[in-house]
Amino acid sequence: MQERQVLGGKVLTIPFKVCAAIVLIGLFFIGKRFIFGIGSVSNMNDGYPWGIWIAYDVVVGTALACAGYSIALIVYVFNKGEYSPLVRPALMTSMFGYTLAGISVIFDIGRYWQAYNIFLPWLSNLHSVMFEVALCIGTYILVLWMEFAPVLLDKFKADELKVRLNRIIFVFIALGILLPTMHQSSLGTMMLMAGHKLSPLWWSGFLPLLFLITAVVIGYAAVIFESLVAAIAFKRPMEMHLLSKISALMPWLLGLYLVVRIEDVNLRGYLPLAFDGGLLGNLFLLENLLFLAALLILAYPSNRQSPRLLFIASCAMLLGGSMYRFNTYIVGFDPGTGWQYFPSVPELFITFGIIAAEVMAYLWFVKTLPVLPKLTKA
Amino acid sequence: MKEQDFARVSERLDGISRRDFMKFCTVIAAGMGLPLEFAPQIAAAITAPQRPPVIWLSGSACTGCTESLLRPSHPSLEHLILDLISLDYNETLNAGAGHQAEAALQASIQKNAGKFIMVVEGAIPVKDGGVYCMIGGKPFSEIVRDTAAKAAAVIAIGSCASWGGVAAAKPNPTGCIGAPEFLKGKTVVTIPGCPPNAYNFLSTVIHFLTFKKLPALDEKGRPKFAYGRLIHENCERRPHFDAGRFAIKFGDEGHRKGYCLFKLGCKGPMTFANCPAILFNEVGPGAWPVGTGHPCFGCTEEGVGFNIPLHTQADLKYITPGAAYPHIVTERGEGASVGAVALVAGVAGVALGAGVAVAKNLGKTEHGSSSKGE
Repeated sequence: MQERQVLGGKVLTIPFKVCAAIVLIGLFFIGKRFIFGIGSVSNMNDGYPWGIWIAYDVVVGTALACAGYSIALIVYVFNKGEYSPLVRPALMTSMFGYTLAGISVIFDIGRYWQAYNIFLPWLSNLHSVMFEVALCIGTYILVLWMEFAPVLLDKFKADELKVRLNRIIFVFIALGILLPTMHQSSLGTMMLMAGHKLSPLWWSGFLPLLFLITAVVIGYAAVIFESLVAAIAFKRPMEMHLLSKISALMPWLLGLYLVVRIEDVNLRGYLPLAFDGGLLGNLFLLENLLFLAALLILAYPSNRQSPRLLFIASCAMLLGGSMYRFNTYIVGFDPGTGWQYFPSVPELFITFGIIAAEVMAYLWFVKTLPVLPKLTKA
Repeated sequence: MKEQDFARVSERLDGISRRDFMKFCTVIAAGMGLPLEFAPQIAAAITAPQRPPVIWLSGSACTGCTESLLRPSHPSLEHLILDLISLDYNETLNAGAGHQAEAALQASIQKNAGKFIMVVEGAIPVKDGGVYCMIGGKPFSEIVRDTAAKAAAVIAIGSCASWGGVAAAKPNPTGCIGAPEFLKGKTVVTIPGCPPNAYNFLSTVIHFLTFKKLPALDEKGRPKFAYGRLIHENCERRPHFDAGRFAIKFGDEGHRKGYCLFKLGCKGPMTFANCPAILFNEVGPGAWPVGTGHPCFGCTEEGVGFNIPLHTQADLKYITPGAAYPHIVTERGEGASVGAVALVAGVAGVALGAGVAVAKNLGKTEHGSSSKGE
């Protein structure tokens, strides 16, 4: 069993206070949204019913929160126990990411007081992709909290409860792998019905597969990113031996992704669109070049030993994956003549508030709960 | 239907062309919500050599139902009614009168016991032993009870026969009730309306002839194909309702422009009938009360017609006006505001700066961590 450590230290640091200020601004606009309605804070319209709250908070946000999924895959499915030091921090970021994505959906849906109907089986519409995504994400949030519960039980020394939980936790771990596989691909499926409204550079029958691969890629990139940034921020030694091993997987995944992505566009005959110099073409090139850059960096074993190059590669993957999802949901989407959308300032602040809340929660948890692995004295 | 089959009955149809006849059958099938393939089956049933006997009893009524049945302007429709069925008794249309007519009635009942269709027009007064409506020295209620006992099917035509109608309006001095209430325990099809639409009656009869059973009925005995929907659901003025455009007074601008009559007391939102869908008398669009500018008064609905005052505003059963009305110009969204772009650019800049700083920092520690050899 891996030993864990409560980091300790002051919680109310300057970054924490800056984040708190952003969260307060976000809360102000959230209050406005609930009093005066979505239209008072958002630029969303009938042509673009999904704005930044869905495209970033849910579609990109849950991908960034796939760290837990990716690590669980490797630790529990491929039975590589050596990676278990990465499990708790990864699970925790997933938990925050998904929880906040779930919360931001409540801001986004018009009749949020009806949301509980999703969980009433006799009202289920089993033919709806959106229903599947909603139910999966809702359940997965619960699963993540259950998976993380041992950390809280450690903290409060509820040993008896922990023994009991440990007996059934395999159910939650199994669900924790099944559910993201389902809904991350379904996030791609949702845009299938956009049809010709979505640029052919993004619309594809392979959307579900591409979304699933990007979820795993972004998940691992987030693990690497989080581990390196935490090492710098808390002045801890880097977990390079684990990170370079994980990153050895990435060239294969990235290669698979790029082959499917490019060849799919090519076979449908739309590759020339990428080089027509327009915004969409350039974004397509940029997003794939970012993946390619990460692939080239990580292809060399010596590069995988360098924290800096690992960090740059993880940033490229995070950015490329996020851009792919963002472009699929907003930039590449054109509902027809005259419609336009750019998030408004209040809308952006709600999203920034959610990101800031995530950072605050991370800082607070690692300082007060046994999340990060215990340092062994050399 | 083959040409020679039609030739057999064309005389009875008073020279109507086969084409027009098949059209009529198709309309009837459509009116009942049946697939058009049923039209030939319907045609065969209508033109069968054995004409079904119909006995039509009139009680406390204004004869409007009979009149409306004779008025459809489709050529020869009256022949379809009068020649295709064997109308053995109808006080308005009988050639004979007095004892002669009553004898024909009794003869037909004896001969066709268990086979004839009985139609009741008008309410049945039951107060004081039914003395307020006597025919041939017998109370109407008695005639109805005796005849119904031998009928294959009972149809109550018009609002009076269905639930009392105008005859039972308060204070109802003669104690009028409808046929279903009077003949408790017997299935009575009701075709309410004041007057009812002739097609709803015809469709019900033809359904019975074609399929040898009655059409699906609602809990008030009304055929669902005709009374399944609110007037409000299919009203041509419904878009005005949804958009909040109402006539407020008779003759005002809204009234002249054909706005919704809800605020003038239209009972469309609480009345079930197919008037706006099939119209009256086949003279084209607008041939129904609301179409001509008069609010529906709910004649087909028990408890509404002859009960709620004409200009009292209707209760909205389940369709309510929108809380907000649509914009005249569709808002198609705003582009990027300066503030939003500045904010996004600023955050992107901070993120980029932080990324570069972290990368630099990682470069520095690279040697340190490797020398530690962990």
